[in-house]
Amino acid sequence: MKIRTLRTVLFAWLAPLLFLGVFFFYPLARILSQGLDFAALHAGFFSDTIQVLAFTVYQAALSTLLTLLIGLPLAYFFARYDFAGKAFFRTLTAIPFMLPTVVVAAGFNALLGPRGWANLALMHLTGESIPPITFVGTLGAILVAHVFYNATITIRLVGNAWATLDSHLTEAARSLGAGTFETLYRVTLPLLAPSIWASTLLVFLFDFTSYGVILLLGGPRYATLEVAIYIQALHMLNLPAASLLSLLQLLCTLAFSTLYSRHVTRAAAQPKPRPSSTNLRTAQTGRERLFMAGMLSLILAFFALPMLALPLRSVSRFEADRAQRTPVSTGLTLEFYGDLFINRRDSVFYVPPVQAAIDSLAFAGLTVVLSLLLAFPAAAALARPGRLEKWIDPFLMLPLGASAVTLGLGYIVTFNRPPLALLTSPWLIPLAHTTIALPFVIRSLQTALAAIPERYREAAAVLGASRWQSWLAVEWPIISRATISAGAFAFTISLGEFGAASLLARPEYPTLPTAIYRFLSQPGGSNYGQAMAAATLLMVVTGLGIFLIEKLRLPGTGEF
Amino acid sequence: MKRIFLASLMLSVLLSACGSAVTPVPASGQQALAASATVAPAATPTLLPADTPEPTTSGATPSAARTLTVMTHDSFAASEAVIQEFEQANNVKVTFLKSGDAGAALNKAILAKDAPLADVFYGVDNTFLSRALEADIFDSYASPLLSNIDPALQLDLKNRALPVDYGDVCINYSKAFFAKNGLQVPATLDDLTKPEYKDMMVVENPATSSSGLAFLLVTIAKYGDPGYLDYWKALKANGVVVVDGWETAYNTNFSGSAGSGPQPLVVSYASSPAAEVIYATTPLDDAPTASILGSGTCFRQIEFVGILKGTKNRDLAEKFVDFMLDVKFQEDMPLNMYVYPANTQARLPDSFVKYAQVATDPAGAPANLDAMRDTWINAWTEAVLK
Repeated sequence: MKIRTLRTVLFAWLAPLLFLGVFFFYPLARILSQGLDFAALHAGFFSDTIQVLAFTVYQAALSTLLTLLIGLPLAYFFARYDFAGKAFFRTLTAIPFMLPTVVVAAGFNALLGPRGWANLALMHLTGESIPPITFVGTLGAILVAHVFYNATITIRLVGNAWATLDSHLTEAARSLGAGTFETLYRVTLPLLAPSIWASTLLVFLFDFTSYGVILLLGGPRYATLEVAIYIQALHMLNLPAASLLSLLQLLCTLAFSTLYSRHVTRAAAQPKPRPSSTNLRTAQTGRERLFMAGMLSLILAFFALPMLALPLRSVSRFEADRAQRTPVSTGLTLEFYGDLFINRRDSVFYVPPVQAAIDSLAFAGLTVVLSLLLAFPAAAALARPGRLEKWIDPFLMLPLGASAVTLGLGYIVTFNRPPLALLTSPWLIPLAHTTIALPFVIRSLQTALAAIPERYREAAAVLGASRWQSWLAVEWPIISRATISAGAFAFTISLGEFGAASLLARPEYPTLPTAIYRFLSQPGGSNYGQAMAAATLLMVVTGLGIFLIEKLRLPGTGEF
Repeated sequence: MKRIFLASLMLSVLLSACGSAVTPVPASGQQALAASATVAPAATPTLLPADTPEPTTSGATPSAARTLTVMTHDSFAASEAVIQEFEQANNVKVTFLKSGDAGAALNKAILAKDAPLADVFYGVDNTFLSRALEADIFDSYASPLLSNIDPALQLDLKNRALPVDYGDVCINYSKAFFAKNGLQVPATLDDLTKPEYKDMMVVENPATSSSGLAFLLVTIAKYGDPGYLDYWKALKANGVVVVDGWETAYNTNFSGSAGSGPQPLVVSYASSPAAEVIYATTPLDDAPTASILGSGTCFRQIEFVGILKGTKNRDLAEKFVDFMLDVKFQEDMPLNMYVYPANTQARLPDSFVKYAQVATDPAGAPANLDAMRDTWINAWTEAVLK
């Protein structure tokens, strides 16, 4: 154990803790201290809250389990197989993560709703007049949507670890007579455990604080803590209840992440990480081809189909069956895209979609840079944890479990006066996005850094390399892949984050999600079509962004 | 050492970002537009110029344009030319601070009342009015234009909140559906519980939607408390569908609009049919939807503007309130926000006269609304959702 100087501690923690302190803990403390007042709560509050908490944990646990079931085979698939169009399929699984819930709900409705394709086809086949599939408004819809949104976390986190796994170990196990499952169970899974646990925690926290999916796809019969907070804070205007619920949500988050960091105190360093390319193979045998076909159809059916509804709807026009006096007209059209570029209302708030896309990309780019800069030193320290790190670790996850609504109100009471009168500054948007992205980025980098054997660094030091040189020559090449992945997460989080944008976005800087909401909030076929067109644009922009980030060859990047 | 340097560099970038944001930079609208047009993803330091000073620091130099900040909800919309006219006439830059839906925006204004975020707040409606007045966020202002405003809309006698517009929350129906099935359009609330309209209506959750709350208040006005709960149980037995908000109800569930959902009846606005015509994908000569307007089936939502206590720009704030109540803005409003002008001198656009409708004898907000909101919504949730 090396002696940690004050300087190294300061270097690792000063910036990230200062940042989280100012932009997360302080505003949160301000709003909670204003609201906490037990006397102001109504009689049934506590029994209602227990019910809500129970459902929140139940649906999150179930969703997480399903996400792992779908995500792990896909992680293996992307880590081990090489095929044409791989980057495209990988990107496909990542796009849902940033789609606004309203848009995803519209997609699922077009597919599985009462008038969706699936029901229409089944009704046509069976001649029944009642839709056979009930999807929207069920627990099933919540679970499916959660897997749809969050599978990419497992695919990326576990996939990165799997890709650099030393295949000699599994080969050795095989040659010693272990079967496929024994090798998986006794060699592969233990080596992957840190990344599996990390992705489990992240997915669970996302499901735990779920809000849009519950409201839009689960319907009003289901409520998570976040939904209850939203109702209390913004509709009942009941700050005491909202504060107490937020505190409960924070405590649960803290409990989960403490549990996690106690369980996975230190990620097992691999004896010898391998460049990912040496692990790649093409499908050769019939069984491998079958596996590949199965995985590709899973991706198409599960990720692509619900999303396909949006581009389809954005180019189709139908006024059928609406006003009986006008002739029915259906057909393909690009007019919704054209309309996006016209300020039909001469509105003072109109912003061309290209501008909205540029704003979105600028905020996202800034979020990536900021969160990577802040996360690197913290992740490096966490990968070789001392006593301080073990204590800090769970608190770093809190931004993921904090209620967006509460934090938003905290921003209002904190940043409305000097010295932090940031509320009217567009800078606050990427800063807010960074607080949300930071736990993610730290977690992804930490697992990758922890997997580097200590002796690599020691060897470099023995050979006379400075710490900086050894970092550039040894650690950076190994974790560059994880860095790209972490950057992609920060990018998607920022692009899809509507909560902070709706709270803070100034009309001069609208992001694509706010533009979509603006169209959906007024009646009329043209508004709906333009919303779908803007959503398609968002998908394309994000898809391209992720695709390019993944294709990025960072300087000094090796084969890992 | 290098790494420490890196960290401090990053910190200084952060701090300078914060610093530049609080530096007062009086910017005209043109400057702001030009600045946002040069935004490029790569140019990090010059990316997002802070263009707006806080209201308190404006007016330092008399010749430069001052800034007036108007806090409002997300649905606020206005024509560029109309706002520009006000800006030029008063040498002022108007900044709109959109702060979520009506409830969220008001809550933020209340939370920040010690150091107000804006000079003027527009968009508190009659369901939240008592809350705003109780929180004491507005200063009185007896605008000379109040003489042209419909007296029935002037709910605050101390003129802290001045009525700007109104709209009726009514049940909309798909004309095609009722014509095709030879079915009578329901005329009263009681009709909706009849078996011929089973599974036909979608409403919004009053806990998460202002139109949902408006419709709940319609039923409370009609059947009283606790009679409304029996009515809702009957609606539930008749297959009423509840969704979270207007967007889902109208775009996804309602069969009369673009989403072509399963329910031909939806709680929406009396002006929605006009929007269906104006924003149709192919020119329509008639609205595909219409509203049920019978006595006691609608709720009249009135929206107010007020001058926030603690403003440093009282003179400009008064001018902006006058401007909002004056004919020019009042005539611009209907096609931007699908609401009716409160000024009786304002003329309605043709499409409004033709397709938008006004309720006869709509319900209003009861006096005890703020005290009872939680109780009513909780009881409703218990009766309908559980």
